[in-house]
Amino acid sequence: MMVWQNWLLVAILLSSMVPGLIIFSLAESNRSWRTALNILGATVKMILVLVMIVGIYQGQRFAVHLRLLPDIELVLRADPLSALFVALSSLLWLLTTIYAIAYLEDSPNRSHFFGYFSLCVTVTIGIALAGNLLTFLFFFEMLTLTTYPLVIHRGTPEAMAAGRVYLLYTLSGGLLLFFGVAWLHALVGQIDFSRQGLLIPLLAEHRLSLILIFAVLIAGVGVKGALVPLHGWLPRAMVAPAPVSALLHAVAVVKAGAFGIMRIVLDVYGLPLTGELGLLMPLLLLAAITIIYGSLLALCQDNLKRRLAYSTVSQVSYIALGISIGNPLAIMGGMVHLVHQGIMKITLFFCAGNIAETLKIHDISGMNGVGRRMPLTMGAFTLAAMGMIGLPPMAGFVSKWYLGLGAIDQGMEWLIAVLVLSTLLNAAYFLPIIHRAWFKEPAQPWPAASGPTGFRDCHWMLVAPPVFTALLSLLVGLLANSGLSPLAWVRFIVATRYGP
Amino acid sequence: MISPSSSWLIWPIIAPLMGAVLCFLSGKPPRRTGLFFAVLTSGASLVLGWQVLARGIESYAMGAWRPPLGISLRADGAAALMVTMTAVTGLAVSIYSGGYFQSRLTGDDRDRCRLAQEQSFWPLWLLLWGALNGLFLSGDVFNIYICLELVALSSVGLTALSGKPPSLVAAMRYLLVSLLGSLSFLLGVGFFYKTCGTLELAAIISALTPTPPVIMALALVSAGLLLKTALFPFHFWLPPAHANALSPVSAILSGLVIKGTWYLFYRFWQEEILLAAVGAVPAILGGGAIAWGAFQAFSQQRLKMLVAYSTVAQIGYLFVAFPLLADPAGMGGGAFFYFAISHSFAKGAMFLAAGTFLLQMGHDRIDDLAGVRQLMPVSSFAFALGGLSLMGLPPSGGFIAKYLYVTTAIGQGRWWLALIVVLGSGLTAAYVFRAVAAILSPRLLAERPQLMVAASMQWSALALALMAMLLGIIAPLPLALMGVK
Repeated sequence: MMVWQNWLLVAILLSSMVPGLIIFSLAESNRSWRTALNILGATVKMILVLVMIVGIYQGQRFAVHLRLLPDIELVLRADPLSALFVALSSLLWLLTTIYAIAYLEDSPNRSHFFGYFSLCVTVTIGIALAGNLLTFLFFFEMLTLTTYPLVIHRGTPEAMAAGRVYLLYTLSGGLLLFFGVAWLHALVGQIDFSRQGLLIPLLAEHRLSLILIFAVLIAGVGVKGALVPLHGWLPRAMVAPAPVSALLHAVAVVKAGAFGIMRIVLDVYGLPLTGELGLLMPLLLLAAITIIYGSLLALCQDNLKRRLAYSTVSQVSYIALGISIGNPLAIMGGMVHLVHQGIMKITLFFCAGNIAETLKIHDISGMNGVGRRMPLTMGAFTLAAMGMIGLPPMAGFVSKWYLGLGAIDQGMEWLIAVLVLSTLLNAAYFLPIIHRAWFKEPAQPWPAASGPTGFRDCHWMLVAPPVFTALLSLLVGLLANSGLSPLAWVRFIVATRYGP
Repeated sequence: MISPSSSWLIWPIIAPLMGAVLCFLSGKPPRRTGLFFAVLTSGASLVLGWQVLARGIESYAMGAWRPPLGISLRADGAAALMVTMTAVTGLAVSIYSGGYFQSRLTGDDRDRCRLAQEQSFWPLWLLLWGALNGLFLSGDVFNIYICLELVALSSVGLTALSGKPPSLVAAMRYLLVSLLGSLSFLLGVGFFYKTCGTLELAAIISALTPTPPVIMALALVSAGLLLKTALFPFHFWLPPAHANALSPVSAILSGLVIKGTWYLFYRFWQEEILLAAVGAVPAILGGGAIAWGAFQAFSQQRLKMLVAYSTVAQIGYLFVAFPLLADPAGMGGGAFFYFAISHSFAKGAMFLAAGTFLLQMGHDRIDDLAGVRQLMPVSSFAFALGGLSLMGLPPSGGFIAKYLYVTTAIGQGRWWLALIVVLGSGLTAAYVFRAVAAILSPRLLAERPQLMVAASMQWSALALALMAMLLGIIAPLPLALMGVK
């Protein structure tokens, strides 16, 4: 075995951890070094991840082991599913970093912000690369700790209160997950993601335990994944700065939860066992309820970021829905939504941040005519919102299409009704925003753009990332059938691991 | 078997005692002498730990006198682990103390009093260190008793050092409790000698039979040790004593001294018959300690009081797992000791960090600590990392210990124990974050005052906290040492 393949994974982690730690020690005024380190780390990570993806495609194996206890190891391993999540996180991290540098210009505590920001991405990558359940738990808990300082970054009483709520939810979820992992360990020892069917021999003797453990594990990851009724922290965490919200919703926290559900159902239990235990249907119902309920709540919000937050609650559950339908087509739909939702949602949050920073508009009722003042931003917003609704040929359409195909294949036609209802609700809460922004007269004239910033909207580093991701969300839908799309990769995952 | 080179065993005891004498004789505050002997002691202890790991149990008879007349020393895995733990925490505290006493000098007439404090600190601390190592390494109960008294007296002296009325009251109470505990212990030892005819600990333990005098002896010994370890409901004396002492002393008391008596309790209670019969007693008290300590810690207004009550809660974890030892093949013992070491490092780091806040700000009111991160990022970070290990979150020794506890408990079908540990870490998180949220609060200070805290103080706190983190990824090594029996 060649050594570089083992070190590659460590290097991928270090490429954001080391800059993060250095940034902590930099002086607040040392802007150029901080920016250079941020961009350098993000770029190096992108390159390393590309090397890894090509390697996986060619059938190379990447794994690192560290013996943590006599009978259990810390394992980093890159399988195709982790590559999907790693690629998403590192691309969006690069964009969010660019955005955050401009967004936080002249605000205090930037060294701390970017330090934790980098650590947060390191930990997310760790979650993606975790090769067994303990390693997953290890990074999952660290994610709570690295995101907490970002949530309270503003330091206002509301931010501190939101931080408390965030911790209450996520630490409780962590305890549940811990309990489930320890319980499973006591039953069978180390749970490796790459070895399927480990739990099947327990079926005869420990049926009840297996069901209970499943419930505990799903509840544990479901807190971060914002499954109803565990979603209460998410709208409150919206007090964080826009790049943090973007990161929390599109890349790190919520996605880690959804990724955890995938790992538990597909790799720890495996679909046959989950079906045998009768656990797919409850999960399916939970996901369907979350999809509808989140959309309904989103409809009731006037605050833009809160509406987006509830929309996340709804959209992320498509992933769980696809997994729990349980046939290859639906799994593809759910899995690819991990990427699609990330790209679209990060666009929306970037745009919301731009509007709030430039025009001081936080509520949808105040957005009349924003499109004229910030055409690029609102253009990106419109594209991403269309994608969320599921308009062909955008990214969201592809996800919903495969989910629907899978549902019909499984004989669950009633799910089509859920998908249609959800689409209607998405349209109901996104279209009015778009209508207001483009077709209504502003209440008063907009303040003029300040300074030579390059774009009319605001600083180019604030505009370029959302425009890029908006185009990307169009492209991944349009070119879904090409060999380089996320869908193609997901097809590869399902064909190699979870096929019939 | 006594191999010639196992005279290494005596150095972790002799070196600090020599240092204590030299420091005591010194005319001016013996900072350099103290630090020198601290380094020497740590080095000797680490060598001992490494030797036990490499070669197995070491034993030594001082002056070649055999028991029962001579002093016999014996280092098995558990003892070596405790000595090593004391070395790491002790070294960090010593380096911290050097900076601490220097930083407190303000150039006015109160300096004479502060210099006098330092003059007493070093000999007392080194005496305590030597006595603790003696406690861990002694093989017979009479020597253990002597070491126990030495530990108690030097701890009381250290507690009283700050000279403020609250700490004098606390020290007085500590002294009385300690004497009562020692008395009870000595009485129990007398009973043992009468019934077993030996003072050798191993012989006593293997001769444990459920006859009335033996039960009486064990009850007396245990009560004395529990009182000194401050297990709930005997914890009343601990928080004021630990919180009002000088900050390095707080770290020593919470991180090391209580581990000494806990270790002895473990030595007496490792017999399976005993654990099967009454193992639930310490466990129930431990559960009470976890809940009550966490509740009290959460309600405190002062940071050092919070950390001290947290010690009350964490002592609970040290006892709650006694039933797990009933299965010697399991990882119960490993979990146990892993918890003790992690707590020593984490709690030491937290007290040291709290000491830097107290020194800089002149108070340690939790609600008024906002902005301290800006001023002292290193020790703020150290405090947060220590808290992380206390909560049992990865990557930390506390996480490994918690994981071992819960998997072992579930494996043995002791569900209630697993639940206590998991719920307990939720409670821990509640009070730790009460403090950490204030310390890490991003609120900015209106003006930047002059930094009074020496860099060595902040960094030694961080080093200790990082050791607690390191324990989270090198578990096989300490567990292997622990397994030397």
